[in-house]
Amino acid sequence: MKAIAARRHHRFAPAVLLALALLLTGAVYAALAPSAASAAAPSESDIEAGEALFQANCATCHGPSAEGRDGVPSLIGVGAAAVDFQVSTGRMPMQMNGPQAMAKPPQLDEEQTRQLAAYVASLAPGPAIPTAEQVDTTDADPANGMAVFRTNCAMCHGAIGKGGALSEGKFAPDLSGSTPTQVYEAMLTGPQSMPVFNEANLSPEDKRDVIAFLEEQQAGSPGGTDLGAVGPVAEGLWVWVVGIGLLIGLSVWIGAKSS
Amino acid sequence: MSPRATTGARAAGGTADYLDQRTGIGLAVKSFARKIFPDHWSFLLGEIALYSFVVLLITGVFLTLFFVPSMGVVTYDGPLATMRGQEMSEAFASTLHLSFEVTGGLLMRQIHHWAALLFMASIITHMMRVFFTGAFRTPREVNWLVGFVLMILGLAAGFTGYSLPDDVLSGNGLRITDGVVKSIPIIGSYLSYFIFGGEFPGEHIIPRLFTVHILLVPALILALVGLHLFFVVLHKHTQYPGPGRTDRNVVGYPLFPVYVAKAGGFFFVVFGVLALMGATMTINPVWNYGPYDPSPVSAGAQPDWYMLFLEGALRLMPGQGTEWVIGGFTLSLNVLVPAVVVPGLLFTALALYPFIEAFATGDKREHHVLDRPRNAPVRTASGVAILTAFFVLILAGSNDLLATHFDLAINDITNVFRALLFVAPVVAFWATKRIALGLQRKDRELVLHGHETGRIVRFAHGEYVEVHKPLDDYERWLRVQHEPRRPIEILPAEDERGVRRKGYRRDLLRQRVSRFFYEDRVEPVTPRELAAAHSHGAHDSLPTEGSAPAQIGSDGAHRGPDDEPETTDSTRIDVVHG
Ligand code: HEC
Ligand code: HEM
Repeated sequence: MKAIAARRHHRFAPAVLLALALLLTGAVYAALAPSAASAAAPSESDIEAGEALFQANCATCHGPSAEGRDGVPSLIGVGAAAVDFQVSTGRMPMQMNGPQAMAKPPQLDEEQTRQLAAYVASLAPGPAIPTAEQVDTTDADPANGMAVFRTNCAMCHGAIGKGGALSEGKFAPDLSGSTPTQVYEAMLTGPQSMPVFNEANLSPEDKRDVIAFLEEQQAGSPGGTDLGAVGPVAEGLWVWVVGIGLLIGLSVWIGAKSS
Repeated sequence: MSPRATTGARAAGGTADYLDQRTGIGLAVKSFARKIFPDHWSFLLGEIALYSFVVLLITGVFLTLFFVPSMGVVTYDGPLATMRGQEMSEAFASTLHLSFEVTGGLLMRQIHHWAALLFMASIITHMMRVFFTGAFRTPREVNWLVGFVLMILGLAAGFTGYSLPDDVLSGNGLRITDGVVKSIPIIGSYLSYFIFGGEFPGEHIIPRLFTVHILLVPALILALVGLHLFFVVLHKHTQYPGPGRTDRNVVGYPLFPVYVAKAGGFFFVVFGVLALMGATMTINPVWNYGPYDPSPVSAGAQPDWYMLFLEGALRLMPGQGTEWVIGGFTLSLNVLVPAVVVPGLLFTALALYPFIEAFATGDKREHHVLDRPRNAPVRTASGVAILTAFFVLILAGSNDLLATHFDLAINDITNVFRALLFVAPVVAFWATKRIALGLQRKDRELVLHGHETGRIVRFAHGEYVEVHKPLDDYERWLRVQHEPRRPIEILPAEDERGVRRKGYRRDLLRQRVSRFFYEDRVEPVTPRELAAAHSHGAHDSLPTEGSAPAQIGSDGAHRGPDDEPETTDSTRIDVVHG
């Protein structure tokens, strides 16, 4: 460590760092690309490990062979995408009974999630986990994404995906914390109250554009603090708190100055 | 100025002299400048409204330089990635152009919109001040009506402005308006076709709204603000009760220089706060909502706050079974009741309130000293009840946000608000009236027995008493200056010859209303009661500090300490202004 600290300012340091970074990217890509392929054709051992995990974590509700029961859906044919979405967002294994399964910190790690997905996918064909290039937005069209979002998603998730209320305590969540893969999977599998947007409904390009539109929102609001981006109600609240509040305060102060 | 006046000063003096000799304006300016204005922070609420209107005019002129009021379709090719290549109206495209390409455009848009929200908020608070202090009583009923029309015009200005950018939210608002207009029986659909120049949305509505928004409504507001302020000067300003303040004088500072300086300074304060809000807080980010197209509606679609009560009424109204088809005609009570009948009732009650109260009191005298809200319990309670209903409707209009932010079920919220809309105003009325009467009783107590001092004295014979400190003149005046209001007595139904009296029914109604207002009351302390209170209970008269005798019910001339601000006495009944 000391040696590195001493050489930090060496004039070759940037070049070395760049080389290292490139190497790392290459290695990560090499590691990831086959794993995406392996999602399509998982190994026997993955499926076995997945089954064991399933029996331990999910079978109590979804049944020993994932056939479901009263109030709990069957997982046969939901595909790897559904499992990856539900487990990576922490919604499954479900904990509390409520109007809908709540997102929480994931209970199972990535490896286990992959194994579970492999097991459920092995039961019957279903939507696969989207590949890295399916969710790559480098040359996506956020304007088309916005148009698609506006007609298909905004009525529940709000204009820029800040979430909104549904009936009886259910709600469409805020999308700003979702990863591109999760957004894609959600469209593909229609979790909880959400409808399914299969590849015929919304083409893979449209889905990618939607993700690009949501990524644009990370830049923040050009007009200053966005006040939660929930629209005119927040603006109305703030005009009373800041506008009227401040001005009445100042009026009292001015009034006090005179007498 | 130095004795050797400059040429400029001489020229100015000459011009002023010239004008004065021909118009007599000097006298007018002088008497206007000598006008006395009482001072209180709540009298600045109207000024906040005035100044936000000025800010609206200034920023609005800037916006008109760039806004294109047209529904012609263009393809966007500006800098915003989420819009590139999209088809949109010129109105929306020019709003984006204003926000992202015109230097200072976004700031101006945001100041303009914040000023609009502040304008309405200050109008409502100003109206509340006028209402709760009884400043609308004779001779100011007409000015109350002028103010009321200004409020409606403010709503119209806000609504038309909100609709101009042609984004999804403003289009949704217009769609609702279209529905509301169509729900009016018989003429509804004709009216809708007239407004939109055909089937909604058509191509005319934005240019039409533009004319209304930048010409018609501002011109009317400007004219009526002029009339409103003319009335304020004509009637003179009311004043809060205090020593030396009566219905026949005004205690305060002259308009010039004190008030002018303060008011002028306050304009910059209001502008400053608005500029701060416009610079740091996003408002109406139309680029998030996208160009209007009648199909999408997004979650969280709400109007600006002053229209939210209408949205709330619509959200609360049950839909099933309230749409009737009678002889082939649809009667949409589900829209008509919440969007036309409810606001109609609310606004009519507000506009007519001064006349309703005058009818109940039968009081035709002029009032220039304001009421303390506690001394008019039923009025105060009615105001609070109306505000409560308004607030419940506003919350109902935000029910989706309440649901997501407080983890509630939207169905439960809606049902609770349905009940609250009827229950909460009644409870608020009852509670407010009780509190007001309680405060009056406390005032009586204080006047009769003075402040508790916490000093316990033991007499020689062993009795303990607490020493009460009598109120000083200011404190006492405040608590005893008002007149008792009692239900009116009416003549019997038949005159002395046994003939039924004309107008008896009207009198009976008046008596009922009057009873509702003044049945429950607490009488202010009379001089006799005060004298009695002081002469009994020896403990009250134990010397504390130099206490002055009660000064009540005398003629209302000067009675405060001498360090009071200037007063002008004028007979209000026959003021003639030069
Ligand atoms: C406490 C009971 C419970 C447990 C434990 C549980 N689930 Fe679920 N699961 C549910 C219910 C109930 C639903 C339907 C929820 C909904 O739609 O809101 C569901 C839905 C799902 C879905 C979505 C099905 C579809 O139609 O898209 C998936 C996938 C899923 N669960 C996977 C799992 C996995 C994997 C586990 C174990 C790690 C698991 N669940 C554990 C109760 C449970
Ligand atoms: C465009 C909106 C309005 C503007 C710019 C405005 C402005 C003002 C100003 C500057 C004053 C004198 C200072 C004060 O008492 O606050 C005033 C007084 C008054 N206003 Fe308004 N006002 C508006 C709306 C209203 C409304 C909505 C009402 C009630 C319906 C109203 C009723 C009155 C009355 C009765 C007075 C006389 C008050 C008194 O003498 O005590 N005004 N207004």
